Amino acid sequence: MSTGNMNLTLKVWRQKNNNTKGALVDYKLSGISPDMSFLEMFDVLNEDLINKGEEPVVFDHDCREGICGMCSMFINGRPHGPKDLVTTCQLHMRSFNDGDTIVVEPWRAAAFPVVKDLTVDRSAFDRVIAAGGFISVNTGNAQDANNLPIPKMQADAAFEAAACIGCGACVATCKNASAMLFVSAKISQLALLPQGQPERYRRVQSMVAQMDAEGFGNCTNTGACEAECPKGISLENIARMNRDFATSKFISEETV
Amino acid sequence: MSDINSNIPEGDLTSKWTKYKSSVPLVNPSNKRTIEVIIVGSGLAGASAAATLAEMGYKVKCFCFQDSPRRAHSIAAQGGINAAKNYQNDGDSIYRLFYDTIKGGDYRAREANVHRLAEVSANIIDQCVAQGVPLAREYGGLLDNRSFGGTQVQRTFYAAGQTGQQLLLGAYSALERQIGMGKVEMFTRHEMLEVVKIDGKARGIIARNLITGEIERHFGHAVVLGTGGYGNVFYLSTNAMGSNVTAAWKAHKQGAYFANPCYTQIHPTCIPVSGDHQSKLTLMSESLRNDGRIWVPKKKDDNRKASEIPEDERDYYLERRYPAFGNLVPRDVASRAAKERCDAGYGVGASKLAVYLDFKANTERYGKIEAAKAGNHNPDKETCMRLGTAVIKEKYGNLFDMYAQITGENPYETPMRIYPAVHYTMGGLWVDYNLMTSVPGLYCTGEANFSDHGANRLGASALMQGLADGYFVLPYTIGAYLSKEISTKAIPTDHPAFVEAEVRAVGILNTLINIKGTKSVDHFHKRLGNIMWEKCGMARNEKGLNEAIQEIRALREEFWKDVRVPGAANELNPELEKAGRVADFIELGELMCIDALNRNESCGGHFREEYQTEEGEALRDDENYAYVAAWEFKEGVNFELHKEELKFENIKVAQRSYK
Repeated sequence: MSTGNMNLTLKVWRQKNNNTKGALVDYKLSGISPDMSFLEMFDVLNEDLINKGEEPVVFDHDCREGICGMCSMFINGRPHGPKDLVTTCQLHMRSFNDGDTIVVEPWRAAAFPVVKDLTVDRSAFDRVIAAGGFISVNTGNAQDANNLPIPKMQADAAFEAAACIGCGACVATCKNASAMLFVSAKISQLALLPQGQPERYRRVQSMVAQMDAEGFGNCTNTGACEAECPKGISLENIARMNRDFATSKFISEETV
Repeated sequence: MSDINSNIPEGDLTSKWTKYKSSVPLVNPSNKRTIEVIIVGSGLAGASAAATLAEMGYKVKCFCFQDSPRRAHSIAAQGGINAAKNYQNDGDSIYRLFYDTIKGGDYRAREANVHRLAEVSANIIDQCVAQGVPLAREYGGLLDNRSFGGTQVQRTFYAAGQTGQQLLLGAYSALERQIGMGKVEMFTRHEMLEVVKIDGKARGIIARNLITGEIERHFGHAVVLGTGGYGNVFYLSTNAMGSNVTAAWKAHKQGAYFANPCYTQIHPTCIPVSGDHQSKLTLMSESLRNDGRIWVPKKKDDNRKASEIPEDERDYYLERRYPAFGNLVPRDVASRAAKERCDAGYGVGASKLAVYLDFKANTERYGKIEAAKAGNHNPDKETCMRLGTAVIKEKYGNLFDMYAQITGENPYETPMRIYPAVHYTMGGLWVDYNLMTSVPGLYCTGEANFSDHGANRLGASALMQGLADGYFVLPYTIGAYLSKEISTKAIPTDHPAFVEAEVRAVGILNTLINIKGTKSVDHFHKRLGNIMWEKCGMARNEKGLNEAIQEIRALREEFWKDVRVPGAANELNPELEKAGRVADFIELGELMCIDALNRNESCGGHFREEYQTEEGEALRDDENYAYVAAWEFKEGVNFELHKEELKFENIKVAQRSYK
């Protein structure tokens, strides 16, 4: 069906469910086009497997335009593969060579248990947000939006932190499986905006507590998260979170 | 001629909604605590409704098929959200937003709904800013705006090219807050497979836990579907891979009318198909038409590179045909114009199914302004291009990067190649003014309903409608129904209606698994998509539609005999999920063709080749077709037409002109 001529060997992690052991399985693919996305290459693999009567590889994906954060493959030892600032769905086969062997694994972290094959459970991220990643404002009669001028630089900085897609690459690449980049991005977004001030210190405490409860590791400042983040979320956010966390400890219980 | 009641309140258009809100029955706080509402879908329309209803005190259960509510496809909306704020002092008003939307929809939307949408549009921006959504700002600290198609004011608010992401994360945060407080119970990786009806009212759903395959029964005093559009019936579209019609279609089969299914929006600026491996299409935001000029060579089959074609040999066909709106004509008009040029042999690129979107002129213009700001009033061309590129990068950087990533070409140096692709579906479940479907207690919000966009949606109006429905409309209107349900006790899920609905759902799953045919689900989906695109796509005609109906019926028969679904029903099985969705798409595809065949006129996104003006514009028939076509599902796969007459009392209906 495809129009290309690349030949590849894939080593793909197959695991039936969380109660069984997994293993890398080899697959040979031919006729891959350099214009295919990495996930379209997996579509070809799965179509082959189905036609042969085998079970296709299960992997998470949805928007396929780099924004939903659902795709999550660990490719040749790097989350989202060899290119910087792209998700797996935006990685194209022109980034590989004919004859390559490509190893594809799921995200690996205690807080992200494998569900099946390359799919993991990232619901820990939702629970961290539920612990405080919001501004407590009910729907209703918010004041006119322009009554609250926000300097452009500040709004832009908040936006840059808010660009996080929650894919979990930061956790997957970290040797400690730390979620500090993800958590600090949300904390920073809200700490940089005037709307986020009233709950600023309460927020950092409750989100960090939930992060720890989920079993994410600590940060040892290796910076792998920033290097592998498909959205270029900055380490500065972690510094800001640490500063806010420390500050929150000096503020009395009542004010937090 | 209407045989269905849209329950539009009496009175003057501009005060209807205010009066309605003040007189709609309320539910007292202690009763709210015992009333349960099920929300299916966690995009803008679902998450905002779930959060708001929970804030109001209702017990809410929310379902999504993704691994987190934050993944819903609203996240991918790029360009912006409209609101009648008139911050730019360019003469905008609620009436103008209302007027533009009715006109943009080619006079096929309901006046009362659209006016309400325009009224609440400003509240949405206020609410989102209060939540900490980082919308773009000017140096003075105030919110920035840009232009979108079909309007002559700047009313579009945005966050770079990621407006949908930021708005959805705002709604998601509000939802997670309620989840954290235990007021919303969230079910991720769950797919709704049936609506449960008791004594004619929607009373719950059957859902499948996608991880374990377990079938679950959930009761609700009311059920809300915010499940998105059905563009994936075309296989290739800008929708997410998982976007589907299943929840809406199951509701349709339980009595909810499906309205205007043939109204499909083909978006003019998408990255062209690169080969038959293509799994989806990627949109390049309409905001690019603020600064990009669309052209093709004046010579047929011109194989020169874009840069080698001199200015006077380029046909800026939108500016030529529509001088008043130029590159900012509405989407349906821009798409048809691109198709017309390509069909006539002027297309570019290897496939010849593309046109250029060129930023050079505006890059230079911006560069000149930047140079002047720095005191250089006579800059050379190179300086202009260098400074201008920085401006373009700031405005559209992420879109340019995405284009480069997908095509391997540098759009800062060569014009983008673009072609229309299926993007949005204006049709959907029929709802009345209260957003209730024809099944009592079953509501529908956002893209999944049909209500506000008529035959064509204007850019930056989808986010507006999703959030209007979820934050500001449904939470009020649902009270009218729930206030009569305060003495209804939660119905135990061993009620025969639940059992029966579960049997239906399980029956379909087992049938799919046991066919053990020879062809994959994608094989059938691609064939369906091909029929739909060729015969019910950008241009339709009677002969093609009749053929399509026959072909789809044959495809349906073949699907149920020969589809191969590997694996089992009691485990995570994406092929099984897809099979159920494609089965529903096949039935929907037939209805879309039937609807397109019934509508003997052209309007908005529905273009029947038999009905066009001499200049090739859509030719409406207001005398015979100024109605909503609401289809009722009948035994087998048959459909009965009901009509809701559209009355225009506040706007003069006219031939749409953007010239």
